[in-house]
Amino acid sequence: MTARQAGFISAVLDPERPVPPGLVNKSRQATGRFSVYRNNVVVGLIEALESSFPVIRKLLGDEFFMAMAGVFVRRFPPTSPVLSHFGKDMPEFLLSFPPVAHLPYLPDVARLEQLVRESYHEADAKPVSAEFIASLPPEKLSQTQLLMAPSIRLLRSDHPICSIWRANAVGGPKPSYGAEDVLIARREFDPEPVVLPSGGYEILQMLLSGASLLDAFGHANAECGEVRLDETLSLLVRYGAITEIRNGAHAPVEGRQ
Amino acid sequence: MQSHPESDACELPASAGVGYKEQHFREILESPGDVAWLEIHAENYMGKGGRPIAQLRRLRENFPISCHGVGLSIGGEEDPDEHHLDRLRNLLEWLEPASFSEHLAWSTHDGKYFNDLLPLPYTEDSLARVCRHVDQVQEALGRPMLLENPSTYFGFEESTLDELEFISGISERTGCGLLLDINNVHVSSTNMLFDPADYIDSFPFDRVGEIHLGGHEEDQDPEGATLLIDNHAAAVADPVWELYARAIDIAGPLPTLIEWDNDVPDWSVLSAEAARASRVMTGQVRTS
Repeated sequence: MTARQAGFISAVLDPERPVPPGLVNKSRQATGRFSVYRNNVVVGLIEALESSFPVIRKLLGDEFFMAMAGVFVRRFPPTSPVLSHFGKDMPEFLLSFPPVAHLPYLPDVARLEQLVRESYHEADAKPVSAEFIASLPPEKLSQTQLLMAPSIRLLRSDHPICSIWRANAVGGPKPSYGAEDVLIARREFDPEPVVLPSGGYEILQMLLSGASLLDAFGHANAECGEVRLDETLSLLVRYGAITEIRNGAHAPVEGRQ
Repeated sequence: MQSHPESDACELPASAGVGYKEQHFREILESPGDVAWLEIHAENYMGKGGRPIAQLRRLRENFPISCHGVGLSIGGEEDPDEHHLDRLRNLLEWLEPASFSEHLAWSTHDGKYFNDLLPLPYTEDSLARVCRHVDQVQEALGRPMLLENPSTYFGFEESTLDELEFISGISERTGCGLLLDINNVHVSSTNMLFDPADYIDSFPFDRVGEIHLGGHEEDQDPEGATLLIDNHAAAVADPVWELYARAIDIAGPLPTLIEWDNDVPDWSVLSAEAARASRVMTGQVRTS
């Protein structure tokens, strides 16, 4: 009977397939009741996507989202019982799903929602206080390494995805056009995406790879016309993104070990 | 709060508990009422941190926790997933729950997880396989587990054992305890046309560590027969309360969970259901 479950699940996911043989109720055939599982499995997975991609759902409307999610769950069923991981293929799926080809920002919005969810479940970390950072003289700060909270995520898009997210998730103003670099940070438990100022993305990329603030600034200067270092730093402080300040590679100045 | 002496798989108090929902966090701590313990779904607490873990760390200071898994696929053709067992072991290590339970069902096949409790035929082969899986889980987790009876909508022609023989057999061979879901008994008996009172009367209560009470919805199958669907989206129905009273009459008080996972009500409604279970256990109500 080892192939029983393969046949069973294929028939659950594809209503065109015949119901598996040998389903009975007492001695009567119970073929018609197989639809309980056809319904439960697909609806359950669609509901998981609804809670994971609320902004995509709002953008597409409930009915369209449900139909699209029905296609998605059959093509990319979860690979783990931890459903917070479910939907990682959504951005790729949206890229190749013809009915949404006219909405080019959609895959990046899905990416953003996925990073928000990752951030939500990430490890906790205590941020360095704003007062402490303000107390460091600029020449000292530039030599240090700023360690970032594990819940930090970065996303660069050709589309105003952060504004789109905010307009739909927290009632932000109507988004305008243009590319946005996005920082996702979690002050306590609720991750929030914010738009990074010019050069902020390049600085953060370097900081996350362990570079000193000075090197990060140098890299950003080489890459962008304008680097708003002060604005980037105050954003990081405001969102509790910095968890430790290190002198060079060793000796923590403050923060967790 | 004494624990039920009859199963070493469960150290929950013989009183009422509820399934934990995030929206009830404050009220549970401020006005628990008759709610003496909480049940969580293991798979929702496998992240590294954030609100879910912080809330659970806080709740476990006040309440015994029952950790209820939905993803081990114990009834599957394949062995339980090693990675998932690792995640569970890590969770149980810090959570130190009063019990760990899972389902007689499958949910994973060929590396894909289907987020539902799918049925299996009851044969000597499948009994041997489920026992092997329970052994593997108990060994990996270093503790005995409770196994829950399913809701059934149809049977399999190849089945040669009935559900009670099957479940009792697993418990005897593996030493696991049992979780008796009385709503599932009512749902299955209506769908499969057997007498639920007989089922309760014959259940091996010496192995039972926990009881579940939940809601269901009524539907019809294409032939026009009543079909009850286990959906945990409503109050416990009267016939289920009657079967529960029958079970408590036989076995005495047992850790009893109100399971309400969808269309979750306000705390006052949920805690009132728990209070009703308490009254049944203390003999203040006779439902039948």
